[in-house]
Amino acid sequence: MLKTRLSTNHLLGIKDLTKDDIRLIFHWTKQFKEVISRPIKKVPSLRDITVANLFFENSTRTRLSFELAEKRLSADVINFSASNSSLKKGESLVDTINNILAMKVDVIVLRHPEPGSAKFLSQEINSQIINAGDGTHEHPTQALLDSFSIEERLGDLKNKKVVIIGDIMHSRVAISNILCIQKLGGHVAVCGPNTLIPRKIESLGVTIINDIAEALEWADAANILRVQHERMERSYFPSIREYQMQFGITMKRLNKVKNIPVIMHPGPINRGVEISSEVADSEHSIILDQVENGVALRMSVLYLLASQAENID
Amino acid sequence: MTKKVFLTPRESDLTLSRICYQLNENHFPWNNSVIIGLQPRGNQLAKVITERIQKNFKVDEIKNGALDSTFHRDDFRRRESPINASPNDMSILIEGKKVILIDDVLYTGRSVRAALDALGDYGRPAKIELCVLVDRRFSRELPIQPDYSGHRVDAISNEKVKLDWSKENSLSVLIENTPHA
Repeated sequence: MLKTRLSTNHLLGIKDLTKDDIRLIFHWTKQFKEVISRPIKKVPSLRDITVANLFFENSTRTRLSFELAEKRLSADVINFSASNSSLKKGESLVDTINNILAMKVDVIVLRHPEPGSAKFLSQEINSQIINAGDGTHEHPTQALLDSFSIEERLGDLKNKKVVIIGDIMHSRVAISNILCIQKLGGHVAVCGPNTLIPRKIESLGVTIINDIAEALEWADAANILRVQHERMERSYFPSIREYQMQFGITMKRLNKVKNIPVIMHPGPINRGVEISSEVADSEHSIILDQVENGVALRMSVLYLLASQAENID
Repeated sequence: MTKKVFLTPRESDLTLSRICYQLNENHFPWNNSVIIGLQPRGNQLAKVITERIQKNFKVDEIKNGALDSTFHRDDFRRRESPINASPNDMSILIEGKKVILIDDVLYTGRSVRAALDALGDYGRPAKIELCVLVDRRFSRELPIQPDYSGHRVDAISNEKVKLDWSKENSLSVLIENTPHA
């Protein structure tokens, strides 16, 4: 029996969600997928709600996806990005956000380079927070849409095997994915240069596979992460070319695998580095499905959170 | 909780027959009319009515769909938890057509209002009519009246009017009374 409410009032990370919460979010995602395939893709559910998208870090996909989800639900949307804001003039995070809240905002979608910023904010202010990525910590909506997309292709995640390939250390997507897949009963392995695999990651119940061929053979789905140059203050591998030779997913590599796994990538893709164009555009790839599901999933999260707002005037 | 039978299977059957005659009188030969059941409870009634008209009046095909209006309801955030949505089946074209909306019970009129809004997402029908099996008169909160109605009933707010499909090929209508807590 499906629950009707989430067990939390904010979406800060997968860590705080129960399996039932995730199932509830998926249930509504399916409903909203139907909505966005209609001739008129907009429904009026959130028409009396204002959502602020606060992006203190660059983003294209996530931000567009959230904004589209909000608009398809008829919410009023305000956008804020750090690059052209008063933060440059020395204002603190809480002050900036209190100013925005004084304009009566119900839901905040926050992306911030500091891990834990979403949680911090949820304790400081009185509105619902959706974490759209906090540094190297969590990126819950991405993990949810990844798991949703895998289930759409392969059925229930229970006992399915997913390998996450690449820069695990700097990736919030990796952590959220590991937690989400495990909560749904799947198995997770990581594969990448040793320097980019966090120490003690086994304590999360994750297998480490060093050989890429072995990893692809093992997995039902492979989630390929981007090499995040911007988060690396030092060199973790000798050269891009060497990374590509060792861990880049190419058609040649996939053709040697008995059952080719479903190929995923959270974007943005470095074509020719972690994934070749041929693979990214092949029938094994569900990269564009991920993007499509992203909008429906974010609609689902917004809808559920807004529906349980405690104080309605 | 007390239950009483408002329409026996025989009475329901007669009522359905009358509604089918009325619909057929206005819409024959059905090439410009479509029947849409309101999810979740109007859909089954819509299917029964469609089949009956096709069979009794030898109509080849009546286009029909199922419409869910959950996302257009006006009580979102005003109730404990969101109402569950039902699947939509709107593969039919309604642009320029005469649409017959079918629901089981007409009560406050709010779900019909939501349905009218939801219908707008699929096009602009030439005309929309409303057909219900039971009309709970004097309980309307919006100015909405049915074009075809099976029976009128005066039920008070702690009573529920329910269609009972549990026996195969027979429909009865019950009124359930839950005393106030």
